[in-house]
Amino acid sequence: MLVSTKWLSEYVNIEGIAVSDLAEKITRSGIEVDSIIDRSHGMTNVVVGYVLECVKHPEADKLNICQVDVGEETTQIICGASNVAKGQKVIVARPGAVLPGGMKIKKAKLRGEESNGMICSLQELAIEGKLVPKVYAEGIYVLPESAVPGESALPLLGLDDQVLEFDLTPNRSDALSMIGVAYEVGAILSQGIQLPEINYTASNEKAEDMLKLRIDAKEDNPMYVAKVVKNVKVEASPLWLQNRLMAAGVRPHNNVVDITNFVLMEYGQPLHAFDYDRLGTGEIAVRLAEQGEKITTLDDTERTLEAHQLVITNGKEPVAIAGVMGGLNTEVHDGTTTVIIESAYFAPGSVRRTSRELGLRSDASTRFEKGVDPNRVEAAAERAAQLMAEIAGGEVLAGSVIFDELDKTPVRITVSPDYINNRLGMKIPLEEMLTILDGLQIPTEAVNGKLIIDAPTRRQDLRIQEDIIEEIARMYGYDLIPMTLPITESTPGGLSPYQAKRRTVRAFLEGAGLFQALTYSLTSKEQAQSYALETAPVTELLMPMSEDRSILRQSLIPHLLEAATYNVARRMDSVALYETGSVFLGEEEDGLPQEVEHVAAVITGKWVDHAWQAETKSVDFYVLKGIIEGMLDSLGLSEGLSFEQTVLDGMHPGRTANIFHNGERIGLIGQIHPTEQKKRNLKNTYVMEMNLAKILAVETEELLYTQVPRFPSSSRDIALVVSSDTSAGMLEGVIRNAGGKLLKDVRLFDLYEGDNVEDGKKSLAFSLTYSDSERTLTDEEVVKAHDKVLNALTVEAGALLRG
Amino acid sequence: MEAQLELLKVEALAKIEAASDVKSLNDVRIAYLGKKGPITDLLKGMGKLPAEERPKMGALVNVIRESVTEVLEDRMAKLEELAINEQLEKESIDVTLPGRPARTGNHHPLTRVVEEIEDFFISMGYEVAEGPEVEKDYYNFEALNLPKGHPARDMQDSFYISEDILLRTHTSPVQARTMEAKGGAPIKIICPGKVYRRDSDDATHSHQFTQIEGLVIGEDIRMSDLKGTLSLFAKKMFGDEREIRLRPSFFPFTEPSVEMDISCFKCGGDGCNVCKKTGWIEILGAGMVHPNVLKMAGYDPAIVSGFAFGMGPERIAMLKYGVEDIRHFYTNDVRFVSQFHRTEA
Ligand SMILES: [Zn+2]
Repeated sequence: MLVSTKWLSEYVNIEGIAVSDLAEKITRSGIEVDSIIDRSHGMTNVVVGYVLECVKHPEADKLNICQVDVGEETTQIICGASNVAKGQKVIVARPGAVLPGGMKIKKAKLRGEESNGMICSLQELAIEGKLVPKVYAEGIYVLPESAVPGESALPLLGLDDQVLEFDLTPNRSDALSMIGVAYEVGAILSQGIQLPEINYTASNEKAEDMLKLRIDAKEDNPMYVAKVVKNVKVEASPLWLQNRLMAAGVRPHNNVVDITNFVLMEYGQPLHAFDYDRLGTGEIAVRLAEQGEKITTLDDTERTLEAHQLVITNGKEPVAIAGVMGGLNTEVHDGTTTVIIESAYFAPGSVRRTSRELGLRSDASTRFEKGVDPNRVEAAAERAAQLMAEIAGGEVLAGSVIFDELDKTPVRITVSPDYINNRLGMKIPLEEMLTILDGLQIPTEAVNGKLIIDAPTRRQDLRIQEDIIEEIARMYGYDLIPMTLPITESTPGGLSPYQAKRRTVRAFLEGAGLFQALTYSLTSKEQAQSYALETAPVTELLMPMSEDRSILRQSLIPHLLEAATYNVARRMDSVALYETGSVFLGEEEDGLPQEVEHVAAVITGKWVDHAWQAETKSVDFYVLKGIIEGMLDSLGLSEGLSFEQTVLDGMHPGRTANIFHNGERIGLIGQIHPTEQKKRNLKNTYVMEMNLAKILAVETEELLYTQVPRFPSSSRDIALVVSSDTSAGMLEGVIRNAGGKLLKDVRLFDLYEGDNVEDGKKSLAFSLTYSDSERTLTDEEVVKAHDKVLNALTVEAGALLRG
Repeated sequence: MEAQLELLKVEALAKIEAASDVKSLNDVRIAYLGKKGPITDLLKGMGKLPAEERPKMGALVNVIRESVTEVLEDRMAKLEELAINEQLEKESIDVTLPGRPARTGNHHPLTRVVEEIEDFFISMGYEVAEGPEVEKDYYNFEALNLPKGHPARDMQDSFYISEDILLRTHTSPVQARTMEAKGGAPIKIICPGKVYRRDSDDATHSHQFTQIEGLVIGEDIRMSDLKGTLSLFAKKMFGDEREIRLRPSFFPFTEPSVEMDISCFKCGGDGCNVCKKTGWIEILGAGMVHPNVLKMAGYDPAIVSGFAFGMGPERIAMLKYGVEDIRHFYTNDVRFVSQFHRTEA
């Protein structure tokens, strides 16, 4: 909503208040003023000129040499506009003027002819092209004959004005009109307001004799007022009216249309004007459209209607879509002489639905959608009639044709001052509350210590006690509310065990060298299920904005890979990222997908890179595996963990494993398939993804210390040769099984394949530690236990012991 | 025998003097004082002496042995010092060469902001509540006083999955779910999480972003409690000198509704580019829980009241760290994320 302060001052006295102060006051008390637009843009030396002569430039077809009376002198100005002509009053920017775009006007020579200034279009004075009357859209603007040469053109064009741009919250539809704004500003400044005075002389002829009205859709149209004005002369509006509209962001058309728009802005009540003769039937009938019925609207577009859409008809065919747009067939035109003014209340829901379905939003529909003031429907029609008489020379027929079943009783709200003060934490006296409500012109009575309020119909946002609390608080001032803390039972607060453990996981992964990533949940059909630990029906958007963001993901890996590619493409060759976030597994009973929190990571490039010490190491499977083991250990889950080789889509078939905890699959780890790596412009890249929810749900035992060993341990190393496909994990299992309770630790310390080892075989070396917490073990005890291990390795694993 | 001993001493002292390093001095020690050395031989030979001479000679041998030992140890200390100095000189390094970086990652800046907010409210006795990102229309809108057909719930603005299911557009449904689950009991929660809106991604919009909301429900919760809580929060997040101001606003689920500004932390209120010359920065929206919301969750608004507030970690991070484009939070450029590793105090 654009509020011209010049226009506003017709209803409320704002003299002597700086516009910036006014804006601040309005913002602090309820309506945010987004910006203040100075329509003069600091222009000077822009005056009225009278074109005494206008001839073609001898050297240039498109230029005109004009002799212009600018008050103090007659001067020559070259003008390139095709519509400039002798006898016009025009806008002249004189040398020294600076126009809003920063253009400085200087004396100049154009093709040998002197030019002392510029004849301006409205666009050159920073009026948006879409607001300039169509006749002047392509050329200079022509002022009325009454303009006096030499006088400043700015007041004449209403540009000596500052406009407040409101950022209205949806509840304050009352401020979608100048009068509504006046009520608000009046309350803020403790001033009364001046409403327009409506008086005109009606003719003896009665409107109802010329027009019949029938409403067949009372629910969607509970009130309809029609007035008839004869003998109007359709022409351009007087400049003051055009100025008002342009300041409000509305393009002037002709006097009849401009009047309806002016009243819309003034009262917040949308009006429509029909050409009586074009209507042809002397009848207005409002009904729901027939399915498939057609109408060509004012924008020259044929629209097909649906059965729930409300239309105005002439008794036969639609002549307007109610509250949304008029029809072309009854449009007011230059030759119109008799006009029907429509002022109605259309149900908000109906207008909202129709305007959305047709993709048509206008100043009118936005106001109907929010609900217009029932008490202004008739007043607005009268105001328009008055202006048609004054400006368009019309003869207003007596009375109106009215259908009215609209409930106009105000909402009654009863609230006690104590309730208000308790909710605010304040002690505002009753008198103060009454003064505030009186300032807002909200009729209030204090009865038995309670406030009884009849909310004015213009304030549809006032319905319940809390609305009154807000009115009082905002006008009294939020700055005066004290600062206290809630008095409640004291609660310890804190994270749930799950949330605390999630923080542990993040801290571990970051400590291990991974950065936390945050990627999108929405992805493409193609990627939604790739690398997924578990797949389920996908959850798809009804109306995605793009194919890339159309489905909820079932794995975090694809977007982490995208992040890796993004970094590698920017020469960050080594990337280590992790993410915690939900995946979405479709089709639960209540229709919501199951959301499961996962943790995933991607590593690529170098893991260790101390180049000057010639010490670098690329990422590999075991780097990531070590991180997973460490992460689970930090959660107390190192027992019962196993990695089993597997084959998964998009993964390197020899370097991929499922991760199990106590037999339950909790994740996957591996290298991205080389073909896929290449597609993504990545070198060797390893990923993991785990079901974090499952991991964090495991309740771990309390942490109890075990005694630090008091007796020395003995260690024995074993080197053995096995076939290449024997896994280290299996060997370790055999060792641990056979070692019994004296065997405390098994550590692989060497792996060798190649020279000195037979083809198809590999050599591994383990270090075994034996000890007892109660005493020092004797050699015989260690040998006995160790022999069992050696025996088991030979028998169960077919290992050949070396040296 | 005495003369023999004197000679031995002179000889030994000369050799000690001549030894130029620890190793040769050790050789001297072994040669003269060792088990097979001449002094030990002399002591072994004592048995051959007449009994009355033995104590005298024994004492003499000991004196000589002690004096040789003393000189040798002095010399040894000097040579060791020399040797160490020589070694230290050789071991000297270029201390300006780069250190081995300790390999660590860090929180995403949004997590950093969210955890800071969580921790403040946890210290005030709040719990952290979470809920689904795919929500029922009921919890996302209806339970929050946004009935079907309400203008603020435009289909165009939300990602719907079906008529009744959508990606949550705010974290408020967590509040609605918590209220419903609490069955009339007091509440003090903070709800962080991801939310989604049908916006094209640009410098200031993201179709996915984060929110953190707070909710307090109890008997006689007042608007002054909201103001006091938010003031403490502003000081904790943005510095002790921060002042707050409330401006009227509108949210369907609160009444009255306000927006909170803090005094600009960059210019202190004089006006700068961060606060767009106003001295104030908008940080969050808040208000008293709308009675319809309380009623729908089974609370009696005549007895129970509450306040709620909500803010965007992206906005806070952008303000705090001077980030100019919201898309930085979602591209995961390591050069961006890695900047948020250190403490601020
Ligand atoms: Zn500032």
